[in-house]
Amino acid sequence: MKPYLAIVAARFQMLLQYRAAAFAGFATQLFWGLIKVMVFVAFFASTSAEQPMSLSQVLVYIWLGQALLALLPWNVDPEIAGHVRSGAVAYELLRPLDLYAFWFARTFAFRAAPTLLRMVPMVLFAYLGLPLIGLGDWALPLPADGAATGLFALSLAATLVLSTAVTMVLHISLMWTISGEGFNRLMPGIVPLFSGLVVPLPLFPDWLQPLLFWQPFKGLADVPFRIYSGHIDAGDALLEIALQIGWCAMIVAFGLWLLNRAGRRVVVQGG
Amino acid sequence: MPQIVVDNLEKRFRIAERRPGLLGAFSSLVRRRYREVTALHGVSFTIEAGELVGYIGPNGAGKSTTIKILSGILTPSGGRCEIDGRVPWKDRVAHVGRIGVVFGQRTQLWWDLPVVESFELLRDMYRVGAADYRRTRDELVALLDLEPLLDTPVRQLSLGQRMRCDLAASLLHQPDVLFLDEPTIGLDATAKLAMRDFVKMQNRERGTTVLLTTHDMDDIEALCTRLMLINHGTVLMDGTVNDLRRDERRVVVDFEAEPALLDGHAALAHRRDGARVEFRVAGQVGEFVADVSRRYRVRDLVVEHPPIEEIVADLYRALGRAPRAAERR
Repeated sequence: MKPYLAIVAARFQMLLQYRAAAFAGFATQLFWGLIKVMVFVAFFASTSAEQPMSLSQVLVYIWLGQALLALLPWNVDPEIAGHVRSGAVAYELLRPLDLYAFWFARTFAFRAAPTLLRMVPMVLFAYLGLPLIGLGDWALPLPADGAATGLFALSLAATLVLSTAVTMVLHISLMWTISGEGFNRLMPGIVPLFSGLVVPLPLFPDWLQPLLFWQPFKGLADVPFRIYSGHIDAGDALLEIALQIGWCAMIVAFGLWLLNRAGRRVVVQGG
Repeated sequence: MPQIVVDNLEKRFRIAERRPGLLGAFSSLVRRRYREVTALHGVSFTIEAGELVGYIGPNGAGKSTTIKILSGILTPSGGRCEIDGRVPWKDRVAHVGRIGVVFGQRTQLWWDLPVVESFELLRDMYRVGAADYRRTRDELVALLDLEPLLDTPVRQLSLGQRMRCDLAASLLHQPDVLFLDEPTIGLDATAKLAMRDFVKMQNRERGTTVLLTTHDMDDIEALCTRLMLINHGTVLMDGTVNDLRRDERRVVVDFEAEPALLDGHAALAHRRDGARVEFRVAGQVGEFVADVSRRYRVRDLVVEHPPIEEIVADLYRALGRAPRAAERR
């Protein structure tokens, strides 16, 4: 374990240096968060019908979504992409480490570090800042109860692993595509929609619900957010977390298979 | 049992061919044409523990491909290779833990990290114990004079400094075998000398087996007892530096005036420049010198080994492919 922890720590440390990017991200995400909140406040004000989610549950969904945006597997690590492109990936094979675990450690840091940098100010502002400027109705509510808090933490940990595993598939695919630009354009179209960041998944039409239930991306946002707000009760939460872990296992297995195939076609670029 | 056994190693690459022009680019989208390139064509050799072997050949001869297979990065298309009883690409993790590799054209250090942090990361990756690490690190820092560099981020190092750090990085886990792929490329004279001294010492004191590719024949002359020459994917020569020279000597004679040489002497003249003539003489050098000084009015005469650089250039030419001046990146 020690080598992999050292890799996570080193990469984490490096990524924490990007504070300006984190601040810009915070400002943008705050702006978008407020727009989304206004849209849903207007939506709930103009309907009298029973909705699948309450406004307060939607607020949780929106603010956690803005806080954890960087966690979504929507891009590739430019460092790994650069290594594949230049052929420096050869040096990774020179380390006495399992290549999948080696890259997983780096990818984990790549997902976790920016998320941490953005999440803390966003959660603080959405929970404490908004009431201070008189927008208490739009603020991030507290977790539903103690059980929801614990299960949320568990589910969020699974989300981090799931996001890392999906990003790993992108990273391994780089061995074929060389450039990561394709993914960087494709994934932002798919991931936010199916994870629920565009519209919360429970608000989609009923006939789509079975499809949305059986897809991995909801584990990236929808599941932890609804556990937090109590939309998923404690009993169902365990099932949902088990599903998240199941998807993790499947996607890791797929990544391993892909890497095994890629290994046979490694051609070291240049020199 | 030799430490490194390479037997009939083959490597073929399949390269997607791009047809030229816009039309070509479009048709390549629909149907790809592949070209097969044979990089290694049955390479065989053995190396005993503790040897220091030079591996030379023109650009594109297959040197780097061999090193990459030996270090477990590439899988060959055929043939056998064992190092300390391990097959590099099959037992990759166990194998790479016991070798050190330096590619002169790349760095294995982390660009944004201070050198010492790269070292510590390598320590953890190779699971080197704290005491071993401290001893080896201090030793390498002293020998390669790295103390002033340790806290500098790698991106701020000069090439020579970076190379010294890279060399140290490849030895932190005390490997049994060291592969150096063009370790002196781009270095200035002092840095080259320091590099050579260190490699030689590492080989002598610790018995580390070294396989070195280079285009710098001074590297070979200063370091290697044994030399392998490869071209078009096969080993063409395997012997000592002296074997390569054979018993040929260069005799440079300054005559009093531009001489009219006898036929037998003119045949040996390699280069003529007014009153100075350079002869290539194999065998009876003493007789030749005596003969020349008896027959002509000689002002000065020097006998020397032909520069290995020239011999190798001649060899490459004879093999039908002169090395290009610029190194492929």
